[in-house]
Amino acid sequence: MIKMKKVTYAQAICEAIDEEMARDKNVLILGEDVGILGGNFKTAVGLYEKYGDLRVKDTPISENSFLGMSLGMAITGLRPIVEIMFTDFLLLAADQLLNQIAKIRYMSGGQVKVPLTVRTTIGAGRSSAAQHSQSLHAIMCHIPGLKIVVPSSAADAKGLLKTAIREDNPVLFIEHKMEYNQSYEIPEGEYTIPFGQANILREGKDITVIATSNLALKAVKAAEELGKEGIDVEVIDPRTLIPLDRETLIASIKKTGRLFLADEGYERVNITSEIVIDLMPDIFYDLDHPPERLCLPNVPLPFSPALEFPLIPDQEKLYKRIKKIFKG
Amino acid sequence: MMAEVLGRKDGYCKGKGGSMHIMDASKGILGANGIVGAGIPIATGAAYSAKYRGTDQVAVSFFGDAASNQGTFHESINMAAAWKLPVVYVCENNLFGISVDLRKITGNPNIADRAFGYGIPGVAVDGNDVLEVYQATHTAFVRARKGEGPTLIECKTYRQKGHHIGDPGTVYRLKEELEAWKKRDPIKTFKARLIKEEIINKEEVENLEKESRKLIEEAVQFAENSPFPEPEEAFEDLFYEMEGAKE
Repeated sequence: MIKMKKVTYAQAICEAIDEEMARDKNVLILGEDVGILGGNFKTAVGLYEKYGDLRVKDTPISENSFLGMSLGMAITGLRPIVEIMFTDFLLLAADQLLNQIAKIRYMSGGQVKVPLTVRTTIGAGRSSAAQHSQSLHAIMCHIPGLKIVVPSSAADAKGLLKTAIREDNPVLFIEHKMEYNQSYEIPEGEYTIPFGQANILREGKDITVIATSNLALKAVKAAEELGKEGIDVEVIDPRTLIPLDRETLIASIKKTGRLFLADEGYERVNITSEIVIDLMPDIFYDLDHPPERLCLPNVPLPFSPALEFPLIPDQEKLYKRIKKIFKG
Repeated sequence: MMAEVLGRKDGYCKGKGGSMHIMDASKGILGANGIVGAGIPIATGAAYSAKYRGTDQVAVSFFGDAASNQGTFHESINMAAAWKLPVVYVCENNLFGISVDLRKITGNPNIADRAFGYGIPGVAVDGNDVLEVYQATHTAFVRARKGEGPTLIECKTYRQKGHHIGDPGTVYRLKEELEAWKKRDPIKTFKARLIKEEIINKEEVENLEKESRKLIEEAVQFAENSPFPEPEEAFEDLFYEMEGAKE
């Protein structure tokens, strides 16, 4: 029996970083406000005091260059963790992330390893408007050379982040900002969760729901409600988009014959499009219903909560959409 | 190096990088870059790493005048200055970014002056004078190793050819300017100086030139004898420890 403890999502992230910094002196963290403030989202609390200025580095607002610096560190013996506050800001560092970090190993014919973790956040719901609320992971998935992690719960976030930090390839680790203050049960002590292993959060026989990031948790809640209506929903959290655990997803869809996907990115060129076409050769003859999905509509996120919340995929919308498949 | 330029299997990067991405990590050469100015933060990070690991290594970042107008130039120098990183920024100012004359796109074409804004030394040298370049580099290295931080060295020079094969380089610059700079070719002038100061004689120079030519010919021969990579190799080297590009 694993002993559990209660922490927030932010604390779980912080614990993972702390444990890995204690374990390996070459691990360092850099980014905006990671120092004395302890991280904009409180994911680095106490690290500055514990590890000092060289290992916990506040940077200027120069995303492209401090991300580029982390690449220089990673190919010369260090194991940096970089925090980019929002995926929206990652666009400023797109050259270093997508042209340099993702490709340097390949371009050099495998001469270097790139043990580098880039942490960033997605998610709407804070009235942060169009440039602090986007979920832009699909853009990053387009470029070969990155491993991409979208943890749902705090327990997964901790275990997957520790794996990311130990990984000898660049990892884009995408946290959901609406989760940071939520409390969760996580196992006590150290543990890791491997990449490429989807998590079946709820077993069911009528429909498979593949939901990314915290939508996986919302899908479980929606599934409990749908259960009362006699609809038995299986919820799968892919955990990592690259690599994708195709086997687990395919097995589930073969069992249920129905597929629903949910992701908080914009609907057009959403990651769910890629998942469906990727799985299709293996599931086509098992489907009893065309795959459906719930994403963010193709408009920028507005400021007013009155405008913002109706757009965001949530438990209620999931419930309604899935119910409609069965009850019309 | 020649094998890489010719896209062969025995090239430094197994034919995956070419001249734009040439790298020999075993010698500390962390890669040329296809994106103007993108190597500057990478070198700056290597300097941070040297400081972090407590070595006496110094990172050197080479770039042209055009790169000095990228944000990475300013952002990186700013951080290196703030954290006193052991890095030397070497700007080869040849006055042209492909066809664009630096004097037409910059208020002050003296790149070294920009160092002042970041609180570090900025040294402009005659980039065609080998000893002047050496002296400035030496001073910058001493400063970096003492923990006093970065230096920006601007080597003023001129591009004698076009930007790439197929660019004669005639449309956008004056013939007189080019001819004047050709007379100041660093190899020619340094050779003349060494002979004049009797450090080396003509015969020794000829032997050196012969040796160099032979070395290059051998490199070309080696490259031409090297096979092209197999098409399947395109799927290798994406991730460490993984079988090809499959995920």
